[in-house]
Amino acid sequence: MTTGGAQQADVAGMPQALMASDGREPLIAIRDLKVHFDLGGGSKLERLVGGSGVRRVVKAVDGVSIDIFPGETLGLVGESGCGKSTLGRALLRLTEPTGGHAFFRGRDLAGLSKRELRQHRRHLQMIFQDPYASLNPRMTVSQIIGEPVETFRLARGRQEREARVRELMQTVGLSPRFLKRYPHEFSGGQRQRIGIARALAADPDFVVADEPISALDVSIQAQIMNLMERLQRERNLTYLFISHDLRAIRHVSDRVAVMYLGKLVEVADAKVIYRDPLMPYTKALISAVPVPDPEIEAKRERIVLQGDVPSPINPPPGCRFHTRCPWAVEACREVVPPLAEIKPNHFAACIRISPEEPDIERVAPSDAPGLRNPGRVIEQ
Amino acid sequence: MMSGDNGNLLSVRDLRTYFETEDGTVKAVDGISFDLKRGETLGIVGESGSGKSVTNLSVIRLIPSPPGRIVSGEVLFHGQDILSLPAEEVRRIRGKRISMIFQDPMTSLNPFMRISRQLMEITQLHLGHTREQAYEHAVRMLETVGIPEARARVDSYPHEFSGGMRQRVMIAMALSCEPELLIADEPTTALDVTIQAQILELIRKLKEETGTSVILITHDLGVVAGMTDDIIVMYAGKIFEQAPTRELFAAPGNPYTKALLKSVPDPVHEEGTDLYQIPGLPPDVAHLPPGCPFAPRCYHAEEVCRREFPPFVQLNAEHFSLCHFAGEVYAESRAERDARGGATPSGANVEPSENLGAVDPSENPTQGGAGR
Repeated sequence: MTTGGAQQADVAGMPQALMASDGREPLIAIRDLKVHFDLGGGSKLERLVGGSGVRRVVKAVDGVSIDIFPGETLGLVGESGCGKSTLGRALLRLTEPTGGHAFFRGRDLAGLSKRELRQHRRHLQMIFQDPYASLNPRMTVSQIIGEPVETFRLARGRQEREARVRELMQTVGLSPRFLKRYPHEFSGGQRQRIGIARALAADPDFVVADEPISALDVSIQAQIMNLMERLQRERNLTYLFISHDLRAIRHVSDRVAVMYLGKLVEVADAKVIYRDPLMPYTKALISAVPVPDPEIEAKRERIVLQGDVPSPINPPPGCRFHTRCPWAVEACREVVPPLAEIKPNHFAACIRISPEEPDIERVAPSDAPGLRNPGRVIEQ
Repeated sequence: MMSGDNGNLLSVRDLRTYFETEDGTVKAVDGISFDLKRGETLGIVGESGSGKSVTNLSVIRLIPSPPGRIVSGEVLFHGQDILSLPAEEVRRIRGKRISMIFQDPMTSLNPFMRISRQLMEITQLHLGHTREQAYEHAVRMLETVGIPEARARVDSYPHEFSGGMRQRVMIAMALSCEPELLIADEPTTALDVTIQAQILELIRKLKEETGTSVILITHDLGVVAGMTDDIIVMYAGKIFEQAPTRELFAAPGNPYTKALLKSVPDPVHEEGTDLYQIPGLPPDVAHLPPGCPFAPRCYHAEEVCRREFPPFVQLNAEHFSLCHFAGEVYAESRAERDARGGATPSGANVEPSENLGAVDPSENPTQGGAGR
């Protein structure tokens, strides 16, 4: 997944690895994107006073490459601290990337000036997780939704703007009667609708939805997911849907990308990845999702991983998952596994599997000696 | 029904807990009754404001008063009414015979105290341990809940532990005195999926080893499906449905439960269709409509639902539903279940479920073999 310098501005010449086989042009093309946060440390002085003497760098996003195609929903899933939100924010340059590229219709967003970026932002919008924190409490709904309309001059005059706000409110299922109300007068689900209306106000092509349903009640989650799907159909939107909720991701996504400690470890069609996960981390993640069916729960085998996700500060070398992987061998400590096409359009980062033998269970039965075999808990 | 034990560790009878607010009286819990047998796990499911947490805070008498007030009811623990005991005696039960785990371990642990001291306090107080005994016990408890290098880490402060580890510490504290009843209020909601799996596994294992009864409060139907023997579904301070877990999932007898089950994406049976969505908002418990509180959102509601409060209908020996049309809904669910061919999903969907983790020895010989 390396990107040569010569390929930077040329979409057609970008690495083909993640292109769909039908040759569609991606709407968003991410190439070797990096967001590193330098926490300092590692100075001589620190070593003198007995510190570790190691520079601490959080590699929140560390070389991510993927395409997002027009009209699709790419689900981005991972546990807290894996960098999925940072990736979403870096795409819109809400967090500045420290390396790599993100192309929108062939233009590299990373190279845009502030002014050019602002014009592009119209096409790139975001829905945030916390509908309580992401709306200005001192602005009315009309002002909140009307702001992008004004910023991007999408309406002439106050009346036209207000008409547009009313229309947007109806689109997301809010009564225009609430035009002059403030965010605190709404429930969580309604606030998320306001956030969605604001994102739509600029008539975007691409929306990053960062955990849009996590803060909502179960019965409201379905409402928001259905709303987002309807809007996608009506407006031909492209979504990057970020969530830790694998059930929601499975429901809304066309393709799913799994992230672990700053890197993509598996990318595949949503149905396929749930039925046939290849990379050991994805296997564990999917087996850990509780299924709302007691019959299945009673029979399931779960891969219960030992230990916690390691700190993203100076993450483990080699495959970042090797510290928890039941199938890891010595080489996993040293080799950074590339995201390789193991099956057609199914990419996984694991050196132990290959197109010839994609099943880790067959490569290494659970009782085979490995680097670390804590044993998987098997339930009956 | 009113008296003593009958194999029940806990019997809650007609519990009502109200809160006085600016908005008027909020009937957070309004006439709840249930039994918990020894060694069993009861799941209480509901959305925010359903009263599931208040029910359990009432059981251990931790309702802040004012504004809260337990208006009536009985909480029989071993046949003894906790609600009428002197505060001193409740304190002796709480933390020793009944203990709790809360959603957010960071707010339940004292950030200024070493883990060791927080664990030692409990056994010094309840079991009369000496400092040395309590310290050893603390180390042993951390080992029990799977904290690596427990002895080296027992003197850490809570902030030095990750979220999953803190929740383990909470569980270690809760189980220190081998309680007869463990109340876990959304114990995994703040945790990641793989850590959630670890914690649920741990609770299940400890339950098997110690025979502790568990009340598991959650909004996640997936979590209760695999963990509980019986389930109570709460809405607007009332029990809407009560049944053994398998029965509830296979043939729900209440429209709210049915709608809730249909509105959760199920990665196993998913067919790419629109999710069923419950219209409207969770109720404002301070201003409930007359009649059934779910009627404004219910696909089955008729005139009578908006007018009259529904009856609590017994559908079979252990299955109850609060609904004017409980019988019809139940019959409908059973017909749907039979149409699906018993409790298994339709043929086209069986394959994905196997690959999602159901053991199939013919397909994964190594896994199946190790499991048996």
